[in-house]
Amino acid sequence: MTAVEEAPISAAGNPIGFGSMKRKEDQRFVRGQGNYVDDVNLPGMLHGAILRSPHAHAKILSIDTSRAEAHPGVVAVITGKTLEGIPRPALLGDNFAWMPTLSYDTQAVLATDKVRFQGQEVAFVIATDRYTAKDALELIDVDYEPLGAVMDAKKAMDPSAPVIRDDKGQTDNSITDVLGNKYWESGNAIGTQEAIDKAKADPNCVVVTQEIMYPRVHPAPMETCGSVAYLDPVSGQLTLWTTSQAPHAHRTVYALVAGLPEHKIRIISPDVGGGFGNKVGVYPGYVLSVVGSIVTGKPVKWMEDRSENLMSTSFARDYHMNGTIAATKEGKILAVDVDVLADHGAFNGVAQPTKFPAGFFHIFTGSYDYPNAHCKVTPVYTNKAPGGVAYACSFRITEAAYFIERLVDCLAAELGMDPAELRLKNLIKPEQFPYETPTGWVYDSGQYEKTMRLAMEMVGYDELRKEQAEKRARGEYMGIGISFFTEGVGAGPRKDMDILGLGMADGIELRVHPTGKAQLRLSVQTQGQGHETTYAQIVAHELGIPPEDIEVIHGDTDNTPFGLGTYGSRSTPVSGAAAAVVSRKVRDKARLIAAAALECSPDDLEWSLGKWSVKGDPDRAKTIQEIALLSHGSLELPEGVEGHLDATAVYNPPNLTYPYGCYICVVDVDPGTGQVKIRRFVAVDDCGTRINPMIVEGQVHGGLADGVGMALMELIAFDEDGNCLGGSFMDYLLPTAVECPDWELGETVTPSPHHPIGAKGVGESATVGSPAAVVNAVIDAISPFGVRHADMPLTPANVWRAIQGNPVRVDMAVE
Amino acid sequence: MQTPAPVDYARATSVDHALQLLEQHGEDARVIAGGHSLIPMMRLRIASPTTLIDLNDLDELKGIRVEGNEIVIGAMTRHAEVLDSAILAEHYPIFREAEKLIADPVVRNRGTVGGSMCQADPSEDLSAVGSALGGTVVIRSKSGSRTVPIREFHFGPYMTQVADGEILTEVRFPIRPGAGSAYEKVERRVGDWPVASAGVFVVVRDGVVSDCGIGLTAVGAEHFSAPGAEEFLVGKAPTEENLAQAAAIAADSCSPVSDQRGPADYKKHLAQELTLRALRRAVAASQGA
Ligand SMILES: Cc1cc2nc3c(=O)[nH]c(=O)nc-3n(C[C@H](O)[C@H](O)[C@H](O)COP(=O)(O)OP(=O)(O)OC[C@H]3O[C@@H](n4cnc5c(N)ncnc54)[C@H](O)[C@@H]3O)c2cc1C
Repeated sequence: MTAVEEAPISAAGNPIGFGSMKRKEDQRFVRGQGNYVDDVNLPGMLHGAILRSPHAHAKILSIDTSRAEAHPGVVAVITGKTLEGIPRPALLGDNFAWMPTLSYDTQAVLATDKVRFQGQEVAFVIATDRYTAKDALELIDVDYEPLGAVMDAKKAMDPSAPVIRDDKGQTDNSITDVLGNKYWESGNAIGTQEAIDKAKADPNCVVVTQEIMYPRVHPAPMETCGSVAYLDPVSGQLTLWTTSQAPHAHRTVYALVAGLPEHKIRIISPDVGGGFGNKVGVYPGYVLSVVGSIVTGKPVKWMEDRSENLMSTSFARDYHMNGTIAATKEGKILAVDVDVLADHGAFNGVAQPTKFPAGFFHIFTGSYDYPNAHCKVTPVYTNKAPGGVAYACSFRITEAAYFIERLVDCLAAELGMDPAELRLKNLIKPEQFPYETPTGWVYDSGQYEKTMRLAMEMVGYDELRKEQAEKRARGEYMGIGISFFTEGVGAGPRKDMDILGLGMADGIELRVHPTGKAQLRLSVQTQGQGHETTYAQIVAHELGIPPEDIEVIHGDTDNTPFGLGTYGSRSTPVSGAAAAVVSRKVRDKARLIAAAALECSPDDLEWSLGKWSVKGDPDRAKTIQEIALLSHGSLELPEGVEGHLDATAVYNPPNLTYPYGCYICVVDVDPGTGQVKIRRFVAVDDCGTRINPMIVEGQVHGGLADGVGMALMELIAFDEDGNCLGGSFMDYLLPTAVECPDWELGETVTPSPHHPIGAKGVGESATVGSPAAVVNAVIDAISPFGVRHADMPLTPANVWRAIQGNPVRVDMAVE
Repeated sequence: MQTPAPVDYARATSVDHALQLLEQHGEDARVIAGGHSLIPMMRLRIASPTTLIDLNDLDELKGIRVEGNEIVIGAMTRHAEVLDSAILAEHYPIFREAEKLIADPVVRNRGTVGGSMCQADPSEDLSAVGSALGGTVVIRSKSGSRTVPIREFHFGPYMTQVADGEILTEVRFPIRPGAGSAYEKVERRVGDWPVASAGVFVVVRDGVVSDCGIGLTAVGAEHFSAPGAEEFLVGKAPTEENLAQAAAIAADSCSPVSDQRGPADYKKHLAQELTLRALRRAVAASQGA
């Protein structure tokens, strides 16, 4: 296993191995030469636009498309009726109007019977250009009969609530998962309840209960979702350029949805302008571009606009969490119980491993050592857009980390104990790793206290507390918030984890050309994470080929091996491991070839970066580049050794990896207006080995900004009638540089023991860890007003209302 | 990409030409200034004018100047110019304070004073500034110019005195020696519209408030103003107590509505808090002058 070591520098000035180097892909991005789906223009291409429902819940009485069809430039108008008329293998329902979701539910491609959320797809116009297609939408007449809308998840199971999924014969709004359960539990229900009851009766213990909501937010990637589909009428080959974080998984889903043979489907994800989980699922718009191409025989492009993206594509969170924590008065945590109401919207479209319908929420026990924990998660249908995987959520770890870090602060308030002290008392100790949590995770490695002490030292924790006391005496309100999070990323071991039956292992292929330059073909899909650089560095580290000599190829299913894509911080833990493994295969083969060339036994050779040399005789050596040429040349190869220097691998992770970190945020609050100013933010991350520290820091910066956004301003709320109140960037506020302080980053490095290079993944760490730090800081600031909790986003209004003792309910329209 | 409906376009070469184009293209034609309110509405298809008449070449409508004891701001003057104006900084720092918090540099480089006034968004910041300072608005049609007191210019959300076939040409503010002015705004995020804003000017002479103006936006203040609070304050000593009382009167006269920027009770509170903060600073500035 390798921790951080100095790598030699290549002729181009890059580290041959780990270390900061500029991103290879930025050459094209900073020159405006990226190639996104909307840049794809094919001869004869037509353009599609979607008519969307203005209602959250309504019966469709009739759809009249005649005026739209007559509009000059319109080629076809497709409705649910059209789709019902296109037959398909019975496996998935017998027609195109419905498609499967990633959670074995069904979702309407175009509504036939009812619309079930505002923004739902109702009709698809195909025209000669984008403007004409949009103009024609206004010419479609739909007669709706509005039905009562279920907008408050807490009322979804009321007997009087309108039933949303009557298409499935449901009589209420419960969701049944593929295993037949209406709720999902983890941990020890009885032991946890007993421990809580015992603590309640014990005068030396406290029990704190708090309702904590993680409201609905949206990934809002800079590039919205879209696709260009071309089904070649002669060959029957479907080529789909699409905004996908998981091209291979999408190929299989299209094979299932469209009933097309999988070998005739090619998915191309060119440059992807941000994903954050938004581009994991398959959307009706993608399917409609395919149908459009089938119907017209031409390529069809569909690109959604910003409002469509915000209103209809995968949201994130929407978890109502009711938590109870029991502890001794000395601050030793005894048990945590949490009951979650999960709002899944109108179709159950969450992307989670099949066995974990609430994702990895059961990592909510956090970074602390206590014996009893239990969660129960109950999903419901509401008249909101479907989705649920999105936004760097690490399969619900974001909710879990926020929950426990908020709850621990509530406990500290109850105990009158410093929240840092309380955490230090309960952190899992280094010698306890591998540590099995009460909900069954096995944390791989960690030095939690070291990380936390570093963060406290960087921020100057004790001095800040002194300053805070002085300020409070003067009537000024500053707050200090801590978050200590642990994630489980890199899904996952295939015996435990699959999505729609597809195991979560990743394939990879490495080709070393005769001149020693290499191509690495990945199954995962960068959306800005810098794979073209990081993966080249992994190969460089293992083989000594400079990163500039390694081309990383991804995003085209015809040119890359199968794998499940990039989300949940899984690329480095899974595919990054595969890159190391495949490089080592090449290295092993290179040894045999070097031995043949040097006329010695392979056992006599030793590896040093980039070459095999004879032990004790370092001048007798062959570099990897020389070996590459030999492998393609006329050298007599030993028996059983094939020519060339290529290899493939499929990496099935033995466990998840567990990155963690300690974040401390300092805020100043103006109690007269409720405005929050973030003064400082210290983030110490331990993601194991850092392959490219600059990229790691970039990932952390982005995640921190994201966390600030969610903590202070981002929100998709709905009014009672079902109107989405976050449908444009006027209403869905994203943070800017002005709201972001100068991030102060620190690191500890505790490599993962089972990952080939000890890396743990860092894509979502900061998103997972930062919201709690910000919220804890704000609540700490206004705690003199008797405030113990308020839900995100902590807008000025919300903070002021919390101070008045009357916090707003964030998931519904502000009243 | 959001796509507006089809629209025609004509570029005016003078105010007279613009007025003629307006007449020629009928009531569904709209003039376009910075486009930072109109274009977003067109992209969302909330507005679908048949023709856009572009005022951006009209240098006669641009600039800030002093005429006698008035400051004149041309309708096509950009936010950025207002922000940087030495004339305004000297007489009315309220402009600079407000402009610093209007949108972002990109919007400020294009958006105009005339566009802001004519958009008449109930959360427009310059409307509060205008109402605080009083003054007049000059409107031109083919039949000539007319002058309207700024507090009569708006008569409801998105509704102004500018009728079909008319163009706003300039806004005029009286210069008040010794005035202090200030602007206070709460926004959810930089570049966002206000949750609430208050702008004031105060002239303190011989220990009493001899003149003052209070403008409020986004809080349902009629004509963006608070005349009751002004009346209360004039003739009184600018004590903390009197300022607080005036702020309370101002807030009382507002009827904000709840929306995602905040609930009505909070906005009402802000009307008071921000008026008070602005008054304090304006008084201090006037006393220091
Ligand atoms: C992201 C963003 C944030 C913003 N934030 C704020 C903010 O915080 N506070 C704030 O106050 N404003 C804000 N604005 C609005 C901004 O100030 C706009 O510039 C202003 O509202 C309109 O000015 P404009 O010149 O762009 O007008 P346009 O969009 O060109 O026109 C607006 C309307 O006025 C009419 N019009 C324009 N000029 C004339 C004229 N001379 N005579 C008659 N009619 C005319 C047009 O026909 C149109 O109906 C924001 C805008 C954006 C895009």
